[in-house]
Amino acid sequence: MSLQELPMVFVLLGLVFYVVLGGADFGAAMWQFAVGRGERGERIREHAHEAVGPVWEANHVWLIFVLTVTWTAYPAAFGSLASTLSVALFVAGLGIIVRGAAYALRSGTTDPREIGRIDAASAISSVLTPFALGAAVGGLATGRVPFGNAKGDLITSWLNPTSIFIGALAVAFCAYLAAVYLAADAARRGDADLVRDFRARALGAGAVSGVLSIAGLVVLHHDAYRLYHELVAGDGLPAVIVSVLAGLATFGLVVRERFEPARYTAGLAVAAIVAGWALAQSPVFLPGLTVKQAAAPHDVLVAITVAVLGGAVILFPSLVLLFRLTLGGRLGHAEEQPAATPAAARQLVLAAAPGLLGRVAAACALAGIGFLTVAEAGWAHAVGVVALFGFIVAGFAGTVPALLEGEAGAYSSRR
Amino acid sequence: MALPSLVTLAQALGPVQQDHLLQARQMQALSFAVHIPLVCFGVAFPVMVLVMEWMGHRTGDPLYLAIARRWSRIMVALFAVGVITGTILSFEMGLLWPNFTATFGGVFGLGFAIEGFSFFLEAIFIGIYIYGWDRLSPRAHMLSALPIVFTGFSGSWMVIAVNAWMNHPSGFRLVRGEAVDIHPVHALFANSYLWHELVHMYLAGYIVTGFVVAGAYAISRLRGRWSRYERTALVVPLTIAALAAPVQVLVGDWAARDVAESQPTKLAALEGLGRTESGAPLHVLGWYHDGEVKFGIAVPKMLSVLSFHDPNARVEGLDAVPPAQRPPVNVTRVSFQTMVGIGTLLALLGAIVLYVRVRRRALPEWRWFYYALAAAGPLSVVALICGWIVTEVGRQPWVVYRVMPTSQAVTDAGGIPVGYATLWIVYLAVGAGVLWILRRLARAPLPETLIASPPGVASAPPTGD
Repeated sequence: MSLQELPMVFVLLGLVFYVVLGGADFGAAMWQFAVGRGERGERIREHAHEAVGPVWEANHVWLIFVLTVTWTAYPAAFGSLASTLSVALFVAGLGIIVRGAAYALRSGTTDPREIGRIDAASAISSVLTPFALGAAVGGLATGRVPFGNAKGDLITSWLNPTSIFIGALAVAFCAYLAAVYLAADAARRGDADLVRDFRARALGAGAVSGVLSIAGLVVLHHDAYRLYHELVAGDGLPAVIVSVLAGLATFGLVVRERFEPARYTAGLAVAAIVAGWALAQSPVFLPGLTVKQAAAPHDVLVAITVAVLGGAVILFPSLVLLFRLTLGGRLGHAEEQPAATPAAARQLVLAAAPGLLGRVAAACALAGIGFLTVAEAGWAHAVGVVALFGFIVAGFAGTVPALLEGEAGAYSSRR
Repeated sequence: MALPSLVTLAQALGPVQQDHLLQARQMQALSFAVHIPLVCFGVAFPVMVLVMEWMGHRTGDPLYLAIARRWSRIMVALFAVGVITGTILSFEMGLLWPNFTATFGGVFGLGFAIEGFSFFLEAIFIGIYIYGWDRLSPRAHMLSALPIVFTGFSGSWMVIAVNAWMNHPSGFRLVRGEAVDIHPVHALFANSYLWHELVHMYLAGYIVTGFVVAGAYAISRLRGRWSRYERTALVVPLTIAALAAPVQVLVGDWAARDVAESQPTKLAALEGLGRTESGAPLHVLGWYHDGEVKFGIAVPKMLSVLSFHDPNARVEGLDAVPPAQRPPVNVTRVSFQTMVGIGTLLALLGAIVLYVRVRRRALPEWRWFYYALAAAGPLSVVALICGWIVTEVGRQPWVVYRVMPTSQAVTDAGGIPVGYATLWIVYLAVGAGVLWILRRLARAPLPETLIASPPGVASAPPTGD
């Protein structure tokens, strides 16, 4: 693999994570809607909402990662696909806005009617976004996105047989992944009713995904023969086989109620589909433009590779920590009221400090004015900025305790 | 194999004929104006929450912890909305400005990629922090907030690095209108223009968050709710904003001197200076028309003094460039005057707080002060947005200053007015939803037992009766 292709691997990995993690979040929102009222429906909804709570934000940043790496490493191809697929991407963006806003708003209410409305908006947008993104992928995979500024058809580039099929498949995958994860979460919590509910959903969504996949091959055969050929007889075949096996394994695991391993096989099945697409289309990015040709100059690729690898060193341990805490049941909703804290009663700042802090703050302010405003050199400005931040920190430490104690004193005397 | 040149590809995206350039710019501006106040909360609110939590663990006063918890719920709701508005902004880089991204993505993209990681870490640790209350030890819980504080800074650093590059581009060579010889690290981080913008924005985050939060509790006081809870929750953000607002005046002055040096046309637009002059005057208020400021109050030689520390310095006017290369003067200038005016008032308000603190060790008691504080929240947001209008409209007609005109960056696709109208509707709905949830979160009362125990007196848990 060359340096020109390495960032594409990052992009595809990011896409896999987005589908496997962010996609499951969209799926969870779908399941929040597709239940009736009543106590049981409410429990299903709450479970689907709470399970994604701690990881919601992180799951959605994968898409931003995919976008930024693409436009840095393959700028001209990104400009082409974003402009031709602008309608699909805009629809996906709207769905993301509504889904995210619904997620944020839901924590503000306990009224069942309001929750019902929020969940409905959330579910509709959660179908819309995976469909639109899948449809955009369909446009890319069938070569309907030519090079150039909005040179392709704004509508048929993403509303064509293959796109509609991939969009529908994306929606089904999201629902499937979510059902498997939620069943696993329910099993971990030991809630047998919820396990039964989500097991049934997982099996149903898995069956639909499988049937759709097979039907999709017919669509591809007619609409995108090259892609079809690569998938069933070319470079994409191994990935397709892995996906089928992982899908069947997941089905078997869910039937036998072994949900924890099913999480991973379900993720693998979906990841293999993304890999299959990439292998089938490789080395072409856009018609007449290979990934290598689309890549930015050497220095840019080095910089982005270093940035991604360096970032990954920090990112992955953090992600592992988050998921270990989440899956280990260590994270959950806090009570509004804290438990009584046994900590010792200490003053906020040492008694002698306030006078000293005031003098430090004044000195910092003077230094800041001198170095930042009067002096002209660059290094002087740096010193001035540091001094002014010192003024803020010292001033804060000197002011807050005085105000709080003063207020407390006034309060107790008034009583 | 010879590397295919980015630039020949970018050229192939070709010249653009877009009838709705103005709507495209306004759509970008709308998305930005919605996102940037949320950024302020992403930058500064975690610090305030963490300070409150630390105070709680140090003094053993449960009220501080209760406030930190309550704030952290608001923090995560605003962060979630910030994630989606930020996603929309990154979509628009391609949807609205494909030629800009196609031509210069290699130069500036790295900044956004690193920003993506910052955002990522922020999202991860916000998840751990919010859902870790009562489940992690106090120390581990407070440690989990530190990455949020740090990434709030590093994220704005990266985004500002890109913006500073657009205003003061370097790190590539221009050969026949094409960018070659690209050095992204140099372009983003060896840019003298970056630092004033970064410090100015970072401080703005604290000022906006401080005044908005303090303003909310000032309204409580005006409505007669003034327990220990409201006072404590007002003191912390107010103190931060009161200290940061006067500092911002100095930083703003520094920024203007850098603009005078690197973007003379922008300075001329924001001061309404039609002709190049030595010993140029400064005009307060008024309206730019036909090469001069009408109805303004002129302060002789002041512009030369402020820009170059020399009363007779020569200041370049708008006439130094052809009319087609000048930004819209009145939009830039009125925004600038609004920002400076509000900033000055906020600094005064801060100075009053500090003066009363030094003289009486207490908060001001005057009723008008709390009215002013309630107004300061929304006004600081207005100043923030005006400041960005100054930077971005003042850069026009260029997307990359004096390198690429905005009209060549835009998409060739149709339908921009439809997208713009749709985005307005959706963002109005989101705005209404956010206000609704903030009211909900604020309305829930805190338990009496927390409010009634002054710090230090009742550190032991209250005994049941």
